[in-house]
Amino acid sequence: MTTGWTHYEGASGVLTEPVDETRDHIMGPSDAAVTLVEYGDYQCPFCVQAHPVVAALLKADGPPIRYVFRHFPLTTVHPLAEPAAEAAEAAAAQDRFWPMHDVLFSNSPALEGEDLRRYARALGLDERKFVRDLVERVHAPRVRADFLTGVRSGVSGTPTFFIDGVRHDGAFDYPVLRAAVEAAARSSAGRR
Amino acid sequence: MTTQQALPIGAHAPDFSLPSTPDQKVALSDFRGQPLVLAFYPADWSPVCGDEMVLFQEVFPEIRRYNAELLGISVDGVWSHLAFAKDRKLTYPLLADFEPKGEVSRAYGAYREAEGTSARALFVIDRGGVVDWSYLSPVGVNPGADGVLRALESLSQRAKVMA
Repeated sequence: MTTGWTHYEGASGVLTEPVDETRDHIMGPSDAAVTLVEYGDYQCPFCVQAHPVVAALLKADGPPIRYVFRHFPLTTVHPLAEPAAEAAEAAAAQDRFWPMHDVLFSNSPALEGEDLRRYARALGLDERKFVRDLVERVHAPRVRADFLTGVRSGVSGTPTFFIDGVRHDGAFDYPVLRAAVEAAARSSAGRR
Repeated sequence: MTTQQALPIGAHAPDFSLPSTPDQKVALSDFRGQPLVLAFYPADWSPVCGDEMVLFQEVFPEIRRYNAELLGISVDGVWSHLAFAKDRKLTYPLLADFEPKGEVSRAYGAYREAEGTSARALFVIDRGGVVDWSYLSPVGVNPGADGVLRALESLSQRAKVMA
């Protein structure tokens, strides 16, 4: 056993920023058995893989899930992730976060400016406002704030999931995530 | 295999002077008077998306907010570092602990003898050159940046109390 190292205790692997119903993008009932928080990046191929897994989990005949998505764009390696995240927020400003979220993951990595504009049009957004938001980077602070809550919670790569506030360190394929969610539901039922 | 004795909290951080480019060297003493983050890592060109050095680039503005600087250190040579930094768009210095190989990593207890690489280890050095916080990450695990930010925050709070 090596001595002399301080292993940071308490925060590692724990979501430090609780879900905020007034701020977060949330799908599912607020009294759900389990809360699943994902930190993701629209240009990350692993997040693209995880997207249908999450969709299937939410539809599955299992414990009701409250799902929260927060932005964690690694902009140096994924230069299109930041504008994509801001595009999702620009859509959110027009109450269309989740449809844009789906379109971005389904079409990634086609996330150039022209692509984003095309998606906005297809979703029937006010295109002028959408473009202005992106050009003026109106939603950049929000994306950065999401990113920093992730950093504070020890997120180091994407996708990172937290199940009831505890980091899920396993794989994120369907059987593994489903089992983890069910285990969390059982333990939360035990506490009630 | 010998067990490295890790550099403990409160120890004086051993000085070093390592090349960051073919014609530039960076020394620990260059950073006296400000907090310094040292990120030892095994190798350039790690293939994963959530690469630690990339994460630290994203967090670099927050580190600067504490008037702190950041140095990456591995046993790779300067040419590898330059190409890696360019590819990943890293703007903080990467130091080559290349010759004698791993000497600085060893001095910090952050060297893996069997692999011949630096360990994944983080240090926060205070303004007086003393180790204020350190973390040795398990192999293959990106340690994240939360510990570093907390350590810098704690340092800055203590500096305010002392002022």
